[in-house]
Amino acid sequence: MDESLRPALVEFLLRHGDDRLVLGHRLAEWCGHGPALEEDIALANIALDVTGQANLLLALAGRTEGMGRDQDALAYFRDERDFRNAQLVELPKGDFGFTIVRQFLFDAYDVPFLEALQGSAHEELAGIAAKAYKEARYHLRHSAEWVVMLGDGTAESHERTQRALDELWRFTHELFEVDAVDRALIAAGIAPDVSALAPAWRARVAQVVERATLTLPGDGFRARGGRRGLHTEHLGIMLAEMQIVARSHPGASW
Amino acid sequence: MTTRARPTRDELFALLDTVMDPEVPVVSVVELGVVRDAAVEGDEVVVTVTPTYSGCPAMREIEAEIERALHAHGHERVRIRTVFAPAWTTDWIGPAAREKLRAYGIAPPGPAPSADDELVPLRRRREVVRCPYCDSPDTALRSEFGSTACKSIRFCNACRQPFEQFKAF
Repeated sequence: MDESLRPALVEFLLRHGDDRLVLGHRLAEWCGHGPALEEDIALANIALDVTGQANLLLALAGRTEGMGRDQDALAYFRDERDFRNAQLVELPKGDFGFTIVRQFLFDAYDVPFLEALQGSAHEELAGIAAKAYKEARYHLRHSAEWVVMLGDGTAESHERTQRALDELWRFTHELFEVDAVDRALIAAGIAPDVSALAPAWRARVAQVVERATLTLPGDGFRARGGRRGLHTEHLGIMLAEMQIVARSHPGASW
Repeated sequence: MTTRARPTRDELFALLDTVMDPEVPVVSVVELGVVRDAAVEGDEVVVTVTPTYSGCPAMREIEAEIERALHAHGHERVRIRTVFAPAWTTDWIGPAAREKLRAYGIAPPGPAPSADDELVPLRRRREVVRCPYCDSPDTALRSEFGSTACKSIRFCNACRQPFEQFKAF
């Protein structure tokens, strides 16, 4: 790999590793609180998958950076402004409908993203993507079916699901943004051009939303900044809870 | 260490075949396809493994069990190498191991989904999965996600028994 690409690759790995780490934590918050035992287990399983993916991506980020930070150092000893996840994944879990709609919007992006990333010129990254891609397909099937069941369910589930979709829509655009970091890696064949994935994403989301008798929100305000470390007020609170044990007992093992 | 002949790949695989999966202790890590290769490199045995799922919590235990088994047979220096490509698939589980799963009460996986399969099916898929207890094909999917990432939960309408299936992956 071209040595000059190293900082961009670290940044890219943090962005996509952090997406999964933060989403995994939000999903894990459902553990013991799911609406049914099966769903409790399903959300915990999906949390395990994406946290496992975060583990692989952050470990690679640490090795690429070469400053001696491993995945645990990156997960537990960085502050809010150093996190590079999209704001979509940090929003509080809300009700089950909110969690499902967020998951669906993310999964519908994640499947084509990982599919494209399998073709990365970076061999290890391509391998991680190939593995995660298979998992993401299961996640999408699960979340899409739930969007339909909730949207086309009772009046209350329909209303809550539509509200979640309306609230979350403004946070989806950030997933498809491309900046100088991406452009350098796209040119080197290491990263896919996520902006090119947006039309197919929108078509797939529209198909499920229609089947769920929901209405696709219009594009208005576009939340952005997560990729540069600018977050909603929710991330810091989440990190405080996620990081406190590791920070209170550095080096502890159990 | 006593002088001994360099073990062949087959001999190492036979040894690793005694290491059972911690979550499904009737199939070995070789039968599952988690062990991809084993060879002597210099003075150490290098075992190449691939995780089933990215977040499989059993991987660390599997690696420790592999080391323990090799140490017990006089291989003092063991290195585990993890690879992600090609990605693990349930298609690597052979017929004998599938029968062991069934006898243990876990329905074996069907063929792994292909990239062409509908991603958002919008309706329940019609896959015939036989109950591992009564062999009835009248079973229904309860959840894609079971007690471990690699299993789904089904219910047998014939013998009224919930059971797990190794998901096709």
